[in-house]
Amino acid sequence: MSRVVVAMSGGVDSSVAAALLKQQGREVIGMMLRLWSEPGKEDSNRCCTPDAITQARRVAAKLGIPFYVVDARKTFHETVVRYFLEGYASGETPNPCLVCNRQIRWTWLFEHALAMGADYLATGHYARVVVGENDRVKLLRARDQTKDQSYVLHVLTQEKLRRSLFPIGEYLKAEVRQMAEAFGLPTALRQESQDLCFLAGEDYRAFLQRHAPQVNRPGPIVTRRGEVLGRHSGLANYTIGQRKGLGIASPVPLYVLAKEVTTNTLVVGTADELGTMELIADRVNWVSGEVPSGPFHAQVKIRYTACLAGAEVMPLGDGTRVRVRFEAPVRDVTPGQAAVFYAGDEVIGGGVIVPV
Amino acid sequence: MTALIYLDYAATTPVHPRVLQTILPYFSEEFGNPSSIHRYGQAAEAAVETARETVASVLNCRPEEVIFTSCGSEADNLALRGVMLAARADGRRRLLTSHAEHHAVSKTAQHLEAHFGVSVGWLPVDEYGRVTPEILRSALTEETALVSVMLANNEIGTINPIPDLAAIAREHGALVHTDAVQAAAYLDVDVQALGVDLLALGGHKFYGPKGVGALYVRQGTPLLPQISGGGQEGGRRAGTHNVPYIVGFAEALRLAKEERQARIEHVRPLRDYLIGRVLESIPDVRLTGHPTQRLPNHASFVFHEVDGNLLLQLLDAAGFACSSGSACKTGQPEPSEVLLALGLSRSWALGSLRVTLGMYSTAEHVEAFLKVLPGLVEKARRLSTLEG
Repeated sequence: MSRVVVAMSGGVDSSVAAALLKQQGREVIGMMLRLWSEPGKEDSNRCCTPDAITQARRVAAKLGIPFYVVDARKTFHETVVRYFLEGYASGETPNPCLVCNRQIRWTWLFEHALAMGADYLATGHYARVVVGENDRVKLLRARDQTKDQSYVLHVLTQEKLRRSLFPIGEYLKAEVRQMAEAFGLPTALRQESQDLCFLAGEDYRAFLQRHAPQVNRPGPIVTRRGEVLGRHSGLANYTIGQRKGLGIASPVPLYVLAKEVTTNTLVVGTADELGTMELIADRVNWVSGEVPSGPFHAQVKIRYTACLAGAEVMPLGDGTRVRVRFEAPVRDVTPGQAAVFYAGDEVIGGGVIVPV
Repeated sequence: MTALIYLDYAATTPVHPRVLQTILPYFSEEFGNPSSIHRYGQAAEAAVETARETVASVLNCRPEEVIFTSCGSEADNLALRGVMLAARADGRRRLLTSHAEHHAVSKTAQHLEAHFGVSVGWLPVDEYGRVTPEILRSALTEETALVSVMLANNEIGTINPIPDLAAIAREHGALVHTDAVQAAAYLDVDVQALGVDLLALGGHKFYGPKGVGALYVRQGTPLLPQISGGGQEGGRRAGTHNVPYIVGFAEALRLAKEERQARIEHVRPLRDYLIGRVLESIPDVRLTGHPTQRLPNHASFVFHEVDGNLLLQLLDAAGFACSSGSACKTGQPEPSEVLLALGLSRSWALGSLRVTLGMYSTAEHVEAFLKVLPGLVEKARRLSTLEG
């Protein structure tokens, strides 16, 4: 009988994941990561609040599985929160969830799971893994395309995927909710949010102001032609593609095109300047473990919420960098976010978009 | 999951089968309220009063000096609050207690200080967690109303020299309370021999039920009740008697005394063997608490650079139920105040492990435990240093 550690959050997805594993007759252990939160804001963190811990504990008791909370606050702060602050300091829009998945869930928690004698680490992510030819594990989009989370899992290697289970990836969210009821799990509907867990429901700008005030200095707003249009309040306060809140009177709508950190300049332009035909991504992970031998066609996603866009992906050098050429201009290509390459439902790989 | 071996008898104990049999009728046939006039009430009252006599005979006191409470913590609370608030009448406002007390005492002392104008003196402890007579003597003043020092420590097992401490306190006219909750399973709780004025007990530590305790209060000790209502317990603790649990408490305490020697002879050799093997088979380990002046079923350690909570989780997954100094289920471990009071640094104090044996412990349990512990300490050590 295989032993599985399931990462539980107290929410319906990971609860049902645990229930399904238990139903499959596996030996299930629930674990919850205690992640870093700002001192004094422990109760409003998005995850691992005392309430969430209690909820997860109730689910575990209901399923008759052991449940442990593990303290990952220090390592989370040193990796994820630091990465987040450094990302903004370098003018990027970081995606800390990717770092969390790689460094916290599939390294730190993964090691704890193995130490517990587990064969697998399971989570409540909407994604699928299947074993393909040559025993190679493929990472696939979830059956519920609207909930698919394969984007944030592209950082996983063969070694990790081989020992990963995503029990709810084969179900629609509505089915997961029904199963939660059928299993008799406490399904108190909690607010689902895309916010970062450690922001405690507040805007990231206020967080940055407290933790890295030096990264956010006012500077000029200019056009591509170098025309100064006004002042910005600090580069970190803006996102590529942003239209509102620029504070510039202009006959046509203006959008944030780029952030030039060396000159502390915010570059803006019109809608037709917003599209990008090309991007470079770095720190690429190839899910198969092998670098493709040459350029290939793929559907590329440049943000968690973006649509897929047709492109040619060209591995550069040893394959840790790629050039992505889109078939049509793509909006809002944002350094710091990931570009993830799909062939149909399969995740081929992905990397972090770098400034050009 | 793997079957669990229970090595956490200091946390709680199963109800002794004989105790359980004694209790059961009082849930059904003998369900009366001891305060009632009728014969149901009379039967229940007789049961409570018989229980009180049993407890008094173990404590070597009069029955009317025993107050039944809902738990050991309530008994400690009643002792500290009851005495300190009553003592305000004659101007004594000082409470002396130690840095190594159970929270039922230390948090109560802090509360009395913060809200009731009580002045608390915190007695330092020696490297084994003991309050020495010298320490106490130098801290006592004419203002001292009460000295509260535990008989045996729950985390580190150390036994305090209560008779010596009590004699010194009395010379200064101070009352003496001892939290004997952890001690009563194995130590003599004769209040005359101990020389104390108040002594707290909790039933579930000696194979009695949870949710019942008792406080011994020497006759004539001024005590302000903390729960008012009906006139139960001589007007010192209101609330309908929990008859079955009180009966069970008394039977468990009686058995603890009757079987004390046999129980000690059962656990002590196993415990000694366990301590010896842990100390010789694992690097960077220390025994906490006194090497000999400790509860006979109690072993406690600290491992350097180990997350104690993580070690407990690994042990549980491997089939062994143990404890640490500071039980924490929320993944936010703080080092135990008791361990810090011994002078241990944070990097030692966070790696604590408590192994406590009991009536169902066997040599096989201990052997199986010793077989897995070194590997799990090693795993926990490796994981504790894992960064990102």
